[in-house]
Amino acid sequence: MSIKVKIVSPEKVLFAHDADMAVMPGAEGDIAAMPDHAPLMLTLRGGVVDIYEGDAVTNRFFVAGGFADIAPSHCTILADRATKLEDLSVDDAEARLAGLEKSYEEADKMNVPALDILMDKIQSARAEIEAAQSAIPGMSL
Amino acid sequence: MASLKDLRARIGSVKSTRKITSAMKMVAAAKLRRAETRAAAARPYADAMRRMLAEVARSVAGEGGQPALLTGTGQDRVHLLVPMSSDRGLAGAFNSNINRTTRNLVLKLQAEGKTVKILPVGRKTYDFLSRDFSDLIIDHRHLAAGKEIPFSAAAELGEQITSLLEKGEFDVCTLVYNQFRNVMTQTPTEMQLIPLALPDNDNADNAQVAAYEFEPDEGTLLSSLLPRNLQVQIYATMLETAAGENGARMTAMDNATRNAGKAIDRLTLKYNRTRQTNITNELIEIISGAQAV
Repeated sequence: MSIKVKIVSPEKVLFAHDADMAVMPGAEGDIAAMPDHAPLMLTLRGGVVDIYEGDAVTNRFFVAGGFADIAPSHCTILADRATKLEDLSVDDAEARLAGLEKSYEEADKMNVPALDILMDKIQSARAEIEAAQSAIPGMSL
Repeated sequence: MASLKDLRARIGSVKSTRKITSAMKMVAAAKLRRAETRAAAARPYADAMRRMLAEVARSVAGEGGQPALLTGTGQDRVHLLVPMSSDRGLAGAFNSNINRTTRNLVLKLQAEGKTVKILPVGRKTYDFLSRDFSDLIIDHRHLAAGKEIPFSAAAELGEQITSLLEKGEFDVCTLVYNQFRNVMTQTPTEMQLIPLALPDNDNADNAQVAAYEFEPDEGTLLSSLLPRNLQVQIYATMLETAAGENGARMTAMDNATRNAGKAIDRLTLKYNRTRQTNITNELIEIISGAQAV
């Protein structure tokens, strides 16, 4: 028994394969999609999606926020941006974080919705740095 | 009557035009293939997005306080038009179709007493519209800086439209673009972005699935899905415009190549006839000269 896992970015399909479980970073905590999961739609925060076959992680992707659609037989992850973990670059992510923190400093502190969006982006950039470091050999989890 | 030398020069120039148009056709064909691949690659995300959005919207239907991106401002006074053309010409009627459709739409809305604002995308439509409606244009952007359209271009435009809506700058937003039917045909189409026209619950197979649960909750999910959906829709039309542009250019250049071929045939015939006439004339002169002696 397995589920069809699909990871899609606006530009293309990154991963489409059967798997036993997919663990994704939900906005309110990690969620695992398994066969016969109750239908659920959720928003994602920036973080790592782990694809399991049996007990082993076969694929890891970083997603920078997005949405997921979990159903009994399939699981579709709509990522704002998705990258294979080994293709991530710490430097890129750090540059992005620096830029975001700068715009947070300059942002209008009364505009709460805009600040929330910026905070989410900063969290996503931090998660990306962490994910990129964990993918470097010798710095494993 | 044109001299032989003139005719030779014209044949030569038409021949080099034919070389250029046939090269452009080849390039457009290659770009078209790539653009079609990209458009196809972007479709799964758009499909999944639409499915999710329809699901969430259905569950909040009837509740008050829905986001303006979905229901609009409730008014119909200020219209924002977003015509989308290519940046470069020589693509047949591709861009002028967009320009004509947009102009008619502007005049129609103005006749109804509505205020119109225009945000052109693509250099060709901006050039055209800034001649007649320069006071209506609030901003403009190019379709693509490089050769491939990144999603971020659509995201920026989407964010701009969203923030204009939040500032109450317009009530209804309509996109005018060329729908890609096939390589030969692109139809200028008006697509209303805001208020959003959601597909009816046509997914009958989805109805069997038990009701979805939402996390965090329907409202939050909907308000983060909607801006994303706007960007995705814009991205899809951008890719369609890119594919359509190359399709239209390929067709136009194919016609131009064929016309050049015909013109060369015609000119060659004329050239040979003129040459023959000249020879005959010379012979007649020589013979009549000899007879006179």
